[in-house]
Amino acid sequence: MTSSPTPTATTTPTAPAPPTAPAPPAPGATAPPGRHDLVVNVTGLRCRECGRTEDLGASHVCGWCFGPLEVAYDEEVVAARVSRDRIASGPSTLWRYGDLLPVLRDEPDDRIDLGAGFTPLRPAPRLAAHLGLRELWLKDDTRNPSGSFKDRVVTVALSAARALGIDTIACASTGNLANAVAAHAAAAGMPAYVFIPHDLERGKVVGSAVYGANVVAVDGTYDDVNRLCAEVADRRGWGFVNVNLRAFYAEGSKTIGFEIAEQLGWQLPDHVVGPLASGAMFTKIHRAFGDLQRHGLLDTAELPRMSGAQATGCSPIAEAFERGSLDVRPQRPDTIARSLAIGDPADGYYALQVAEQTGGAIGHVADAEVVAGIRLLARTEGLFAETAGGVTVANLVRFVEQGVVGRDERVVAVVSGNGYKTVEALDGTAGPTHRTTPSLTDFLGMLHD
Amino acid sequence: MPTVRVPTPLRKLTDGRPEVTVDGADLREVVTNLEAAHPGFGERLLDQDGRLRRFVNVFVRDEDVRFQAGLDTAIDEDDTVSIVPAVAGGAA
Ligand SMILES: Cc1ncc(COP(=O)(O)O)c(C=O)c1O
Repeated sequence: MTSSPTPTATTTPTAPAPPTAPAPPAPGATAPPGRHDLVVNVTGLRCRECGRTEDLGASHVCGWCFGPLEVAYDEEVVAARVSRDRIASGPSTLWRYGDLLPVLRDEPDDRIDLGAGFTPLRPAPRLAAHLGLRELWLKDDTRNPSGSFKDRVVTVALSAARALGIDTIACASTGNLANAVAAHAAAAGMPAYVFIPHDLERGKVVGSAVYGANVVAVDGTYDDVNRLCAEVADRRGWGFVNVNLRAFYAEGSKTIGFEIAEQLGWQLPDHVVGPLASGAMFTKIHRAFGDLQRHGLLDTAELPRMSGAQATGCSPIAEAFERGSLDVRPQRPDTIARSLAIGDPADGYYALQVAEQTGGAIGHVADAEVVAGIRLLARTEGLFAETAGGVTVANLVRFVEQGVVGRDERVVAVVSGNGYKTVEALDGTAGPTHRTTPSLTDFLGMLHD
Repeated sequence: MPTVRVPTPLRKLTDGRPEVTVDGADLREVVTNLEAAHPGFGERLLDQDGRLRRFVNVFVRDEDVRFQAGLDTAIDEDDTVSIVPAVAGGAA
């Protein structure tokens, strides 16, 4: 949708170091010569709930307790490799954090990389002034290859899929993920099946089909799509990026957190506000800060408060937060924020824990506020976000009013998708403001009216 | 008899079969009969208080039972019961 950002377009307090010498050889982590060895910094998969481990593969559910499987890193290899210098000398994509991501093969050429990530962290002084905030930054993820942060999770998942020998790629999507999967699969020459609710925005449907993907429109909500995909994944050998490849996929979202820290000069903000659908991105941004801290890459000790944003018409996580419960009750979504319309969020439970532990909140706003949020962001900062961005900004407005976000905090808002994908949301509120004939006289006359 | 779709992690209990049939007028009875026919199901599906586990979703007629009557959801002869791990997907 837009060209990928260049480091010079990134406004950061510290200029990213120019690419210098190639990365030094990794201590003790290289594959034996002549062999394309799998698994560079990963030992397998581990259940988040019971800790049992499984071999690396396209598997996402603990065979014992049904808990989610996560990537288990070889912490020694990671610790021996990762450094600020290696990051700074990496590419201007999220693969600069390759040492902190699951790398199954160490050949950069094996990556399926369209240039996702390393998007600008922009100061937002006019929006900050409007809200009465001292310092506000926008993580501008509208600028990814297919226009949303989903390119991050897909480059990681598809690169892992290829290393695992999976040839057909698939996903259950509220739209943006389908776009990202279709684009990356096309560039990798892999067949793709993307499953979406039948009534998505046109931009999201076209934005998948154009890449040649098989677009499966399902008569139902995202939650129906998701259940179907879980069953399909169980019957076919396809790699569903957010089902059986979910352990790898989820790691991609961490790069938003890595970038925020690097772009703030290895400092952390006080408060991060971001959108929630499944809650995966939100949870992983928090994890990312913890990873950086554990590896001694930060100059600050305190982790940010994390606050999450939902639309009222699909607010199962916010609703549980209001009740003070970790028990998320599923809802039937009804909101214009289609990208966030997951009524039964897989990571809702974890997102609630993150908000609670960090002293954040999870809120929700009505659709009219979502539209107002999109317009406010565009008019104050020149950034056109899709509905998820409207949800985030509108919740930020409320959080400031409620004192959840402090006026003296250094705040980062994650703007996760591009507004051209959801122009329908602005029908009737954004159109021509003047009408004239081609005559200069008419135009000037109209201006004076 | 109703058909039960079994996800991979539970197929050890069904000799690898992805679908089995068991009797039952509601979901609770189906789970009880599943346990009788394939010991281990009860423990994997229900917690100590006899409720469906956090990471297990059950669909009857393609509809989440949490939108129906939970374990009391009525089941007909030709219905399909799908057991789906809750973390399957859910990030779009
Ligand atoms: C633009 C956008 N922002 C945010 C999200 C939320 O992501 P998650 O499911 O990881 O909470 C989505 C998910 O589809 C999205 O498309």
